[in-house]
Amino acid sequence: MENLEMRDVSFTYPGGYLAVENINFFAEGGEKIAFVGENGAGKSTTAKLINGLLKPTKGEILIDGVSTKGKTTAAIARNVAYVFQNPDDQIFRQDVFSEIIYTPKYFKVNEDDIRKRVKKAVKMTGLKTYINENPYNLSYAHRKLVTIAAAIAADPDIFILDEPTACQDRRGIQLLSKIIDRLASEGKLVITITHDMDFVAENFDRTVCMAKKHILMDDETSKIITNDAVMEKASLKRTQVSLLASEMGYDGIITSEDFLDTIMGSRKCPV
Amino acid sequence: MEVIRMNNLSYRYPTTEEYCLKNVSFSIQEGELCAIAGSNGCGKTTIGNIIRGLIPSFHGGEIEGTLEIFGKSSKEISADEKAKRIGFVFQNPFTQNSGIKETVFEEIAFGLENIGVGREEIITRVMDIIEMLKIESFMYKHPLELSGGYRQRVALASIIVQNPEIMVIDEPTSQLDPKGTEEVFEIIKLLNRQKKTIVLVEHKMELVAEYADHIIYLNEGTVLLDGTAEDVLANEILYKKNLEMPQVARLGFQAREKGLMIEKVPITMDGAVKIFAKYGKCVKDGGGSHGES
Repeated sequence: MENLEMRDVSFTYPGGYLAVENINFFAEGGEKIAFVGENGAGKSTTAKLINGLLKPTKGEILIDGVSTKGKTTAAIARNVAYVFQNPDDQIFRQDVFSEIIYTPKYFKVNEDDIRKRVKKAVKMTGLKTYINENPYNLSYAHRKLVTIAAAIAADPDIFILDEPTACQDRRGIQLLSKIIDRLASEGKLVITITHDMDFVAENFDRTVCMAKKHILMDDETSKIITNDAVMEKASLKRTQVSLLASEMGYDGIITSEDFLDTIMGSRKCPV
Repeated sequence: MEVIRMNNLSYRYPTTEEYCLKNVSFSIQEGELCAIAGSNGCGKTTIGNIIRGLIPSFHGGEIEGTLEIFGKSSKEISADEKAKRIGFVFQNPFTQNSGIKETVFEEIAFGLENIGVGREEIITRVMDIIEMLKIESFMYKHPLELSGGYRQRVALASIIVQNPEIMVIDEPTSQLDPKGTEEVFEIIKLLNRQKKTIVLVEHKMELVAEYADHIIYLNEGTVLLDGTAEDVLANEILYKKNLEMPQVARLGFQAREKGLMIEKVPITMDGAVKIFAKYGKCVKDGGGSHGES
């Protein structure tokens, strides 16, 4: 896949609730993009529109310039893996291995490729020791990794990860960073919906900030995190490092590394 | 007064061979906001389940050592009494929602109905909690239609309304946006001020640093550190072992590693601002020299 475009997309749930309005968004394969914003801003709805679980009630979505209008959810989903916010909404097999192998098998991928894909997915997510376990014997954080492994094995062009860092600890978050980097380097488009601004600051160059059914700002991550007005509107909090940097008079710094390099390159204040 | 005491407790789930808690001992005082912190799989949630009594009564497994609550052995406290005096907010709100109530209001009232509280009192208590948690705008919505963050607030409300003496709260903000997270923590603080003992299972260390009086830090099923927020979160062992700690504390250790000899490792934003202030652009010192030239 080369690119994805949302053109004036709105969605109204049956019953009349307008969840997103006039979304315009363009992204290319190989990009990693964070979607941030308050609860109820329309992030998950946008994700479901991209993978076809929901169909725009207005506007259209184009993949490589071709409208997805009229295509079935099954046809679109083949290209777009949506990893649910709640892994328990997604997991349905009795053991980790069956869960991971399910989609490529369903798509009738040849045996050799299936084996390769499953091996890669297991390796990337570090689930080897749990391969024969029932997913429900694993922690929430591990179950989330199972659903990500299943998406990797499906080998789509677009990944949408909904709150992947929820309940992950430091090691889990470091692992997720690696997974996202690897997928992007393979030319996949990785869209990550998250509230974890530290994770966004350290991992994503581009961020889309949503509030009240709209895209409020779509820009470089550092510009969004240091824009107090936008962060306030989206009910987001700046990261500790970026706050500290601003407090000290250094604007636009959002990572620990940049922060330390900057202050250590600076002169000390006279006491 | 000591309200919870665990002595040399070890526990293993029925389906696993390895013990997930090994010789865990600690004590929690009445009215404390005590955080159980640590990485995934270290046993935080298990401790919450043991205090509430879901282990071993529901999950089974093998348990050694002792647990005392309200000065009595946990075994001598009936399930009924535990349910009334110890509230438990599940990590995953999707697990906790009853699934049989059609509005948020009824969902919150469910626990009170079950123990036979009168209609008028139920309405008053539920409305008080709805106001306190700022969920008026969706009190007539179906609980299953809510987003993860809203469900989390409803789950918390359903327990607070029952007015338990101890509240065990398992990662209450995992699905909330940062503003919602802060609101929930303000509610927890408020409950704590009303003398509730709060056992908070949490791995967001920035929040723990800001709110907890006492931290029990677990690692691989044992107690690694036990003390005040300052003692625990600025401990170098956490940095060396690559474990969870507040972003500013990690920054403090990283700075030292790079040769910047800050006198103290901060654990909160305010602390960090004080400690790092002298490396700023001199904006704050009023000395006239503004910005780099």
